[in-house]
Amino acid sequence: MTSDAPRPPPRRRFFGAFGRRELKGLFWQVLVVGIAVAVVAFLWSNTVTNLSARRITTGFAFLGREAGMPIADSLLAYSPRDTYLWAFVVGVANTLRVAVIGIVLATILGTLIGISRLSANWLLSRLAAVYVETLRDIPLLLQLLFWYVLMQALPAARAAWRPVEGVFLSNRGLILPAIPFGPPQLAVLGTAVLGCAVFYVVRRWLVAQQMRDGRPRPAWPFAVALVIALPALVSVLLGVSWRIEWPQLRGFNFVGGLTLAPEYFALLIALVTYTSAFIAEIVRSGIQSVPRGQWDAANALGLRRSFMLRQIILPQALRVIVPPMTSQYLNLTKNSSLAVAIGYQDVVSIANTTLNQTGQAIEAIALIMAVFLTISLGISFFMNWYNARIALVER
Amino acid sequence: MTAISDMPDVPRAARRPQVGNPMVRWLRANLFSSIPNGILTIVLLAVLAKGVISFVQWGIASAVWLTPVNDSSACRAVRGIGACWAVIPEKYRFILFGTYPFDEQWRPALSVVLFIALFYLSTRRALWRRELVFIWIGALALISVLMWGGVLGLSFVSQDRWGGLPVTLILATFGLAFGFPLGILVALGRRSKLPAIRSLSVLYVELIRGVPLVSLLFMASVMFPLFMPSGFNIDKLLRAQIAIILFAGAYLAEVIRGGLQAVPRGQYEAADALGLSYWRKNRLIILPQAIRHVIPPLVNTFIAFFKDTSLVLIIGIFDLLTTAKTAIIDPAWQQFSVEVYIFVAAIYFVFCFAMSRYSRSLEATSGR
Repeated sequence: MTSDAPRPPPRRRFFGAFGRRELKGLFWQVLVVGIAVAVVAFLWSNTVTNLSARRITTGFAFLGREAGMPIADSLLAYSPRDTYLWAFVVGVANTLRVAVIGIVLATILGTLIGISRLSANWLLSRLAAVYVETLRDIPLLLQLLFWYVLMQALPAARAAWRPVEGVFLSNRGLILPAIPFGPPQLAVLGTAVLGCAVFYVVRRWLVAQQMRDGRPRPAWPFAVALVIALPALVSVLLGVSWRIEWPQLRGFNFVGGLTLAPEYFALLIALVTYTSAFIAEIVRSGIQSVPRGQWDAANALGLRRSFMLRQIILPQALRVIVPPMTSQYLNLTKNSSLAVAIGYQDVVSIANTTLNQTGQAIEAIALIMAVFLTISLGISFFMNWYNARIALVER
Repeated sequence: MTAISDMPDVPRAARRPQVGNPMVRWLRANLFSSIPNGILTIVLLAVLAKGVISFVQWGIASAVWLTPVNDSSACRAVRGIGACWAVIPEKYRFILFGTYPFDEQWRPALSVVLFIALFYLSTRRALWRRELVFIWIGALALISVLMWGGVLGLSFVSQDRWGGLPVTLILATFGLAFGFPLGILVALGRRSKLPAIRSLSVLYVELIRGVPLVSLLFMASVMFPLFMPSGFNIDKLLRAQIAIILFAGAYLAEVIRGGLQAVPRGQYEAADALGLSYWRKNRLIILPQAIRHVIPPLVNTFIAFFKDTSLVLIIGIFDLLTTAKTAIIDPAWQQFSVEVYIFVAAIYFVFCFAMSRYSRSLEATSGR
């Protein structure tokens, strides 16, 4: 066939520009969306019928009513006279209290155990391996119930254990010495946070300067000045007291100090130990992923050990560590909903009580889902930002 | 951070000359390679010895192993000093099989054996063929007959009397058996070129993965009856099973999607060049490779999922953990819950540890 022979005009198709492939695609999409819509419509109409039969009004108006449920352990001030809305807010605060502290502690413990598994000390690495294998292979809920039973089996307040002076462990929970926190202390803390922010900007500027002329400029004097000296100065000027309040046993209970209720403490221990086993494996694989040659090269340059870890090994290990770590943080946050099994009142437990009191099942579960989706998105957003920052820049 | 300096990857002082007794040499290299390391070893040994001794003291030396039926006085006498293992022989039938009729409990026991045989067969590589699907269907049908009865001269046992280990295995196995095909469909949907199907798949996965399983279970137990036409009632166990299938489907879909992404482009192009249809292309060429890529993470998902079935405790379904918790409501044995939890933890551990070993061996041998 010669190339310059006139091609026959394209045959006109019934559907104009659409080809067979597009038509098939369209057919499948219409089918799947149609099924989805039909299922949703079916469920929706049933729900509407059922709700009207049971005389349940839909909508979030119930949030303004008086909740009347007691909340034993809360971060925010709460009384049963408050509204359902406020009870939810208190529940969210309780969830965040477990999740945030749990994430910090699990990261620290998990990192230590992950490093221990790589230790040249045979005994230490074996013990770390046993810890990881055992905790990973037992359901979290079982571990949670186990810790809770142990907390309840602790002696009464009068015979409380005192592992260290001022720390009490009894069936009322863990009681620690604490510094009473008020507006003046918060002001000092705020100054420190501000100092950190300013230091961050200053450090960036110092690094930019070093990039220009290659001379290293130490950043630590700025850190000391902004993060330690400045808040200290504010503290002295305002005359803020940092007196530690020691808990004391009066009658049948403790006065002063910080009390971690048994439910909270059990939940925190269970979440931290369980998640740390997974984090340990992530940290181990991260460190092992750094090629041996990097250690050798750093050693050959005669770099100081701390510098080598900070500037050469960790940045490379973090690239492997951060993405799976994000899912562990999300898991820990979602797992905090197991609180409902031991009666710690997190957002799920409070929503469940609300649901039983008002019958507003759809709204209560929608609120739980909204809260967790928001938290999940928040964590992923932050971790993705962090991940993008530390990712390898290839040119 | 002292431990970092001991990492094997760090080239330390040159190897010591190999002299002396191999035992001493091993101790030197692994436990006493430096002074801080030696101190660490001694401290760990001391802590370990204390832990082991107090556990042996509590769990073996001062423990009570057997008592007369429903008499916990011997256990009460050693409370706080020794363990009361007597609670296990007393309650094991209830913990393992719940309220299933006592005389018929050989049926759930046989079902458990069948499940284990099924898992074992599924790990044999030689059997990874189409026949395996038929083995699964046959075994699951046999288990249903055993549990329900009502045919072949077996008396009928309704679902609300099932409990314990068979329920845990049922929730996990049926969850996988249905969640897996669902996961494949959703994973394909997520990579589809058709925008409507893609967005529906993304919506499904993100919604399920973004919320805790507890809330899905609440939804199944509280909202499901609202969703259905009045008069239409599904059993509580089945509702939980549906929630678990939906949950498993979303997580498995993400693992399988990872596998799909690992299949080289050329494989798709070759299949297209042969003129295969979408379904034949995926069934014959893409999926077998994709799933092979992700077998270790799939096993890890199975383990996580097996443990997560214990959450049905929260909506009051009698799985293994719930029967254990119920067994110790009995006032006579109330104080010995730690022993019961250790027993149940051991059962879960055996299943999960076996799976994790298997996953490890797969990773080691899956040389391509």
